[in-house]
Amino acid sequence: MAAITVDMPRPSLTGFTLPLNALAGALLGYVVGTANHSPLTGVLAGAVFAALLAFVVVSFRQRRLGRLAGALITGAVGALIAGISGALAGAILGLVLSWFAYWLSSGDYRASVPIYATPREVLWHNSFRLICGLIFFFLIAPVVVVIPLSFNAENFFTFTPKMLALDPEGYSLKHYQDFFTNPDWTRPLKNSFTIAPLATILSVSLGTLAAIGLSQSHVPGRRAIMAILISPMIVPLIISATGMFFFYAKLGNWMEAHLGLSKDFLGYVKVVLAHAVLGIPFVIITVTATLVGFDRSLTRAAANMGAGPVRTFFKVQMPLILPGVISGALFAFITSFDEVVVVLFVGSASQKTLPWQMFTGLREQISPTILAVATVLVAFSIALLTTVELLRRRSERLRGMSPS
Amino acid sequence: MTDTVDTGPMRAADGTPLKVSLARALRRQKIRALALVAPLLIFVLVTFIAPIADMLFRSVENQIVHDTLPNTVRALADWDPSSAETPGEPVYAGLAIDLQTAAEMKAHTRLGSRLNYEDPGISSLFRQSGRNVDDFGKAAMKELVAADPAWKDGATWGNLLGTDKWVEAQTAWGADKTGLQPAFKARSGVAGTLPRTLGAYALFAADARESGRKSALESKPWPALATALEQDLRAAAPESLSALEGIDTALLARTRDAVDAAAPVDYRADFLAMDKDWASPDVWRTIRVFSPQYTAGYFLNSIDLEKTYEGITKRPPEERIYVTLFVRTLWMSMLITFCCLLLGYPVAWLLANLRASTANVLMILVLLPFWTSLLVRTSAWKVLLQQQGVINDLLVWLGLVDDGHRLAMINNQFGTIIAMTHILLPFMILPLYSVMKTIPPSFLRAARSLGATPWTAFWRVYFPQSVPGIGAGSILCFILAIGYYITPELVGGTQGVFISNRIAFHISSSLNWGLAAALGTILLAAVLLLYYVYDKIVGIDNVKLG
Repeated sequence: MAAITVDMPRPSLTGFTLPLNALAGALLGYVVGTANHSPLTGVLAGAVFAALLAFVVVSFRQRRLGRLAGALITGAVGALIAGISGALAGAILGLVLSWFAYWLSSGDYRASVPIYATPREVLWHNSFRLICGLIFFFLIAPVVVVIPLSFNAENFFTFTPKMLALDPEGYSLKHYQDFFTNPDWTRPLKNSFTIAPLATILSVSLGTLAAIGLSQSHVPGRRAIMAILISPMIVPLIISATGMFFFYAKLGNWMEAHLGLSKDFLGYVKVVLAHAVLGIPFVIITVTATLVGFDRSLTRAAANMGAGPVRTFFKVQMPLILPGVISGALFAFITSFDEVVVVLFVGSASQKTLPWQMFTGLREQISPTILAVATVLVAFSIALLTTVELLRRRSERLRGMSPS
Repeated sequence: MTDTVDTGPMRAADGTPLKVSLARALRRQKIRALALVAPLLIFVLVTFIAPIADMLFRSVENQIVHDTLPNTVRALADWDPSSAETPGEPVYAGLAIDLQTAAEMKAHTRLGSRLNYEDPGISSLFRQSGRNVDDFGKAAMKELVAADPAWKDGATWGNLLGTDKWVEAQTAWGADKTGLQPAFKARSGVAGTLPRTLGAYALFAADARESGRKSALESKPWPALATALEQDLRAAAPESLSALEGIDTALLARTRDAVDAAAPVDYRADFLAMDKDWASPDVWRTIRVFSPQYTAGYFLNSIDLEKTYEGITKRPPEERIYVTLFVRTLWMSMLITFCCLLLGYPVAWLLANLRASTANVLMILVLLPFWTSLLVRTSAWKVLLQQQGVINDLLVWLGLVDDGHRLAMINNQFGTIIAMTHILLPFMILPLYSVMKTIPPSFLRAARSLGATPWTAFWRVYFPQSVPGIGAGSILCFILAIGYYITPELVGGTQGVFISNRIAFHISSSLNWGLAAALGTILLAAVLLLYYVYDKIVGIDNVKLG
């Protein structure tokens, strides 16, 4: 197998790689220097160190070995300055700097631009990627930062010196313990896991039927029906909550008087109804999207072979649209599980859900247990996201599309 | 095979004309589709559309004044609100009855709070007067009982005002007390001669029915009934009283003579003695202006206007907050949408132009915040931005900020904007990405090969094709932003809150539900307008998730 490669001249070491690496080192040195009240020393030391490091590292033939050496050298320097945490920070910085040195010296930095690109274009291309990287950082950093903070041994919302020094005493699981034992948190957790599944079942069963109805070729007033069914997603939650606050109180009183149900039970009924209707647009959207790719001749074939509509639905149509139904269910579940405004207005104290408790926690007595809860919820959403992603790929495979 | 010449319409296998047969099949298909949609449609109509309609109704509904003060409102119609004089005796006489019945049903405080939204201070006037107002009734009752002790008995009143059938049913209910009491039915002819008494008695019977313990016939009559009857007897002509059928006319005549012999009560003087605010024309103007059953008052209040007897005027400058709040909600939402676009466009471009495998990995970084609980993200920003928070600590450590002058990044507009930009960014990236995915990269290369600079190629070729994505993402972000409540509430302080926070305040703290409904209706109108535009640009069928 012969690959056609175009040989670009390797960039000059002294005229390109070393100065740029020195610049990067100077920047990092400035940051460390200002923190230690001597920016100028930091800049100079950083520049010299980075240039030397680059020189050493690129002389290795094998990249891995070179990077390892870079990490080890800087880690050792870091350990001399600030102990364990210094070694860790140093190793990371060393990895970054040696990666940067390789990236520059091997010409990788222009690997993804056309060969005819001018240096300015190459610079722009790489700065653009840096900007995008920063935006991704902006997106993900707030979600990630709560995770280490949730293991804080103190009741603070920031990194304590002990945590920064990687001292095991700075970390503890006490906030998690609080979350799983304190009734202030366990009761809302139980409520959330009662209300969300019920609301999901209600919205998925009604929503799937309606989506199948809507996907038929002749539906009178299709647009108007669609607009009504999607509206819970479009109308701001605060308005839905205001309307429900007035109406559900009356509805609850009426049911209490005429059906003789207990107030507590009715509270759950009201919240479940409200959450179910909020989840419906998501079910409708995902299921109709799956039905668009559904091959109608399959149902006709089933009918041709003598299957009744119910049998056709469960044996032919349902298995094929199941991925869409499940991801719709997950959307409905997360909508209910995450929802605060409506439950705040419609529910009473005995229906307090997890987000409600977090909301009051953030507004009034701010307790670090919230961060432990947040971490658990992040793990939970990663699990949900993975499931949805896998389902989406499966559905595309079933429908004969390539996963994209 | 033989050729047949068929002159009639084409026919289906069973012999019906094809046209009819097809139409029938189509109709059956339509019905089946509707039958599948119907359960959900009914569910959404009941649990969602009806509450919204209820809110719209509440924003104009104002029956409380009319229902609680019927006699007063009727008498007040003759009063000229622009005069500096207080209204005449009939108004105070009506008030004496209305306020007593309201106090019996504990409705006077609710009425007081309602009118307090329009004229602060009225609430305490109603509350205090409600406490002493039954002095009128007690005095009147004493007078009636002096004329005939039968007035002490609830049954006397029931026989006088209710139909014989109702009295019978009521007595039967009193025997076993199961189920609801029969609804009150007025005796014919009474409404013309004893209107005030009948009105008060209808409330009395309804109250007894609601509490459900004692029959209206056995309950102790309200003193208000005595006041009402006394006024009716003074006003009624003697012959109309004797013309009433089926009742004890002798009793009425006897009582009437006794009432006539006594000196008439000076209601006005007594009310003024109770509280001198009853002499203030402003109080009466407020009652009069808000006596109709439907009012635009809440809507006027939500745009900093108010309704007075002289027409619509601006509220005093220190009370004008809603227009400012609406304007702030709009411009902050626009700013947030713009920030989302600024950050979302490059990311969407990158995702659309990378190899599929790399793009999928990076897409997770967009989808993870999207799937993470809103409160987790808001609490993360609270942790990051507060004065003793991570960002401030970092800046202090770097020496960029002095420890004594930590930046205030939370509880202000900055906090709201940055946190909401982060929260809404995925809603911008996803529609942009799905549009950019459809733009072939060869267009840019073609433009370059024809001599365009990279900027021209982007601006003249790529950007115009991505405009639908920009429109979709921006409208989506904007719709979501203007209705946001949780994040501004937690990180917005006083300067960074939106109109939705004010709505929540009126629902849960000030209890001015009409104003909350009116503010909500205005916000809803704005959102529906945007929804319409969104539908025109993108189409609601084309909304995609995940």
